[in-house]
Amino acid sequence: MARSAPAVIVRRGEAMIQLKVNGKSQSFQGDPDMPLLWYLRDVLGLTGTKFGCGASLCGACTVHRNGKAIRSCVTPMSTLSQAEITTIEGVGGGQLHPVQKAWVEANVPQCGYCQSGQIMQAISLLAKTPKPTDEEIDDGMQGNICRCGTYQRIRAAIKAAAGVTA
Amino acid sequence: MSAITNVSRRGFITGLAGAGALVLSARYIPQPLWAEENNLVGALGKSVLHPDIFLGIETDGTVHIVAHRSEMGTTTRTSLPMVAADELDADWKRVKIEQAIGDPKYGDQSTDGSYSIRAFYDAMRQTGATARTMLVQAAAAQWKVPVSECKANLHTVVHTPSGRKLGYGELATAASKLPVPKKADLQFKNKSEWRYIGKGTKSFDINNVVNGTAIFGMDAKTDGMVYASIEHSPVIGGKLKSYDDKAPLQVAGVRQTVIIDPFKPPAVFKPLGGVAVIADNTWAAFQGRKKLNAVWDSGPNASFNSDDYKKELQQTARQKGDLVRSEGDAESIFAKGGDVVEADYYVPLLAHAPMEPMVAVADFKNGKVTTWCPTQNPQAVQETLAQELGIAKEDVTCHVTLLGGAFGRKSKPDYVAEAAVLSKKLGKPVKVVWSREDDIKFGYYNAVAAMYMKAAVDDRGKPTAWLQRSVFPPIASTFNQDAVHGEAGDLQQGWTDIPYAIPNLRVENGSAKAHVRIGWLRSVANIYHGFAVQSFSDELAHRAKRDPVEYLLDLLGPARKVDLSAHKYPNYDASTDDYPLDIGRMRQVVEMVAEKSSWGKRKLGQGSGMGIAVHRSFLTYVATVVEVNVDNSGEVTIARVDTVVDAGLVVNPEATRSQFEGAAVFGTSIVRSGEITAKNGAIEQSNFSDYPVARMNEAPRQTNVYIVDSDAPPAGVGEPGVPPFTPALCNAIFAATGTRVRELPLSRTKLGKA
Repeated sequence: MARSAPAVIVRRGEAMIQLKVNGKSQSFQGDPDMPLLWYLRDVLGLTGTKFGCGASLCGACTVHRNGKAIRSCVTPMSTLSQAEITTIEGVGGGQLHPVQKAWVEANVPQCGYCQSGQIMQAISLLAKTPKPTDEEIDDGMQGNICRCGTYQRIRAAIKAAAGVTA
Repeated sequence: MSAITNVSRRGFITGLAGAGALVLSARYIPQPLWAEENNLVGALGKSVLHPDIFLGIETDGTVHIVAHRSEMGTTTRTSLPMVAADELDADWKRVKIEQAIGDPKYGDQSTDGSYSIRAFYDAMRQTGATARTMLVQAAAAQWKVPVSECKANLHTVVHTPSGRKLGYGELATAASKLPVPKKADLQFKNKSEWRYIGKGTKSFDINNVVNGTAIFGMDAKTDGMVYASIEHSPVIGGKLKSYDDKAPLQVAGVRQTVIIDPFKPPAVFKPLGGVAVIADNTWAAFQGRKKLNAVWDSGPNASFNSDDYKKELQQTARQKGDLVRSEGDAESIFAKGGDVVEADYYVPLLAHAPMEPMVAVADFKNGKVTTWCPTQNPQAVQETLAQELGIAKEDVTCHVTLLGGAFGRKSKPDYVAEAAVLSKKLGKPVKVVWSREDDIKFGYYNAVAAMYMKAAVDDRGKPTAWLQRSVFPPIASTFNQDAVHGEAGDLQQGWTDIPYAIPNLRVENGSAKAHVRIGWLRSVANIYHGFAVQSFSDELAHRAKRDPVEYLLDLLGPARKVDLSAHKYPNYDASTDDYPLDIGRMRQVVEMVAEKSSWGKRKLGQGSGMGIAVHRSFLTYVATVVEVNVDNSGEVTIARVDTVVDAGLVVNPEATRSQFEGAAVFGTSIVRSGEITAKNGAIEQSNFSDYPVARMNEAPRQTNVYIVDSDAPPAGVGEPGVPPFTPALCNAIFAATGTRVRELPLSRTKLGKA
């Protein structure tokens, strides 16, 4: 994992942090304890990343830091100096990522609220494990809750994206 | 009629209202004013239907269809417009769905009770057929040929003899000048002509969902908006004694604190009351709230302890209750003694825990309020906000966003009322965001219930007499503090309508006082009633050493329609002529699921077992077989689920399969871990750590859904998968281990050998 450069304190209790979000340079100034989730949602207006639990229990807030899935709801801005963050809005680079396409094909979403996090987690899983077994999918995905219960289709979509027969 | 006037005056459909008058003049809005024949909605006992604004066509052929029901994952926002598009013979690719605001003119908008398709299937067909008829008439007039020589064909009207064609867009203006045909003069498509009904389509919103641009309540935003997080009394009905109004202001981004007055019972959908921290962003509001140090006077509900309450319910369930239904004379059979079996079942309070916590944006300005919120019932939002703000219902504009799950919780707009009250106090738009902890601790919980079951059985183990008694704090208590008995609407759910052919039958209900807000959660009272009836049936089958499927069919008895007219039985507000309790259909789903699951034919390994259950709810018949494996440590793996659904005509089969796959996971959560408890009146659980819901590795490995091909009128699909799943899973656990699960969740039963 890339080490974070130290945050620059600009005002008492506030920090100035440079980072990239979906390839675009951003500079954050504010409470260094603010989780990335709220910076993305309330400051940058990137609302595809969802709030579900605030405690790294449900995975709805999953984004990528340098290509790996993290829970943005428990990742303070102070740890993100020079980080490259990718959200659901940026992961396809302007079109649908193959995993997003697989999600459409398998008709995964019901309410859809958790699916940004599920997709970001799945992309991260497939980057590390391109041909996952059922057990590896379970291990990789069990941190992401879907209350509608779309797990069966998530599994099928991951396998389809990986080119593994379901 | 004038299309221009209608559209601009109403101005409700954003896509239409946003355009200029020139464009509007070319639009076509059919006006089949069905207000005078509102049988559909009348049957539901709700408001009047004015579906004259369900559909519009632009000159470029774009068809706008209004979705007036809320989308929380059931695909109703897609499936109902799809029905209209089918009758219109529209090209689905050229259909745009517009979400309706809350307005009684759409008829009932309470997206609840699994009745969206049932209540509006005919209305949607009528909307589409009316528009199609007018387009065909317009084409015939233009060509000066008889209407009978013209027919609609995928967004065009064709003159069959000559092959001439005109697009819907080209015909829209001329069609808009024609009189609106009467319903009796409409011709509906034959089933063989359907393009979409029974075939289905993916959600209209699926691309936006997977690319992160779909707008849920959590994503709503308006200019100048501030963020609020609210500290409520941990005990329902508690009053604020003191709090620190200075410390929160030390948090960067916090602007002020605002007190919301406590509600006056009954709770209904009123704001609970508390202290709101107002800030520049959600995080700051959450942080400021931690510094409030609020002190509360808990009030009378502080005496509520779940352990004691459970004992009370179970004691009540062992005493004679109010009679709900009686056939024959069960009591005299029991008095004779003989072979009598008894069992107690228990299901705790359950929270909805949709992935999107409660959230709402409200903007109060000049005596009117506008809200953007994830609600299942925008008209209830109008009523609640009007009451709380002292304004007219018409002055509440409720925009419905997508709902990040709901399961009944978002039918209760207490959180929307909080945003509205705060906006009025602050004079600016406010977004109220509940934390997950707020969601778990301040739910409208599904009732905790104790059931007592008793049967006298003959020498083949079949009941000659059957008594069932349920005790639970009723939903009515949320609206009337004195309510302690289940109402007909609760008791119809798998209790009054026990479908068995038992000559001596007694159904009772005992009283229980509520100490928290009781609400409805996906399938509601069917959860605990279905659990008790189907578990007890399985107990009796095993006791009689009979095959559970064969025994269940014996209990159901011969195919017949059960007459419940002598009892208070609302039948989910549907007529029993159209939707009888049909034992033939119930038998069919049992027989089919036995076949599909290879019941009794598959060799199962050590520690494995299969369980069956059948249940009718929301007018849909469902039989489910679950296969489990239980290892030596008591770890349960759900290997396979087969479920057969007879929901009458199914409009969107793919969405229906999704609902039943999801219901199996929802039921898994209920069995494995669902439990809300109170200590000294305060809810003990707080987040997914202590109110776990099923994760991928805990969910069924494979759920196979089979839909019965049926022309019966459409029934529900969102909820009916849950009630049979729960007992089927517990019956499978019994088959695998010999241990009977009589209390939920599973942690109350020791399964492992160690």
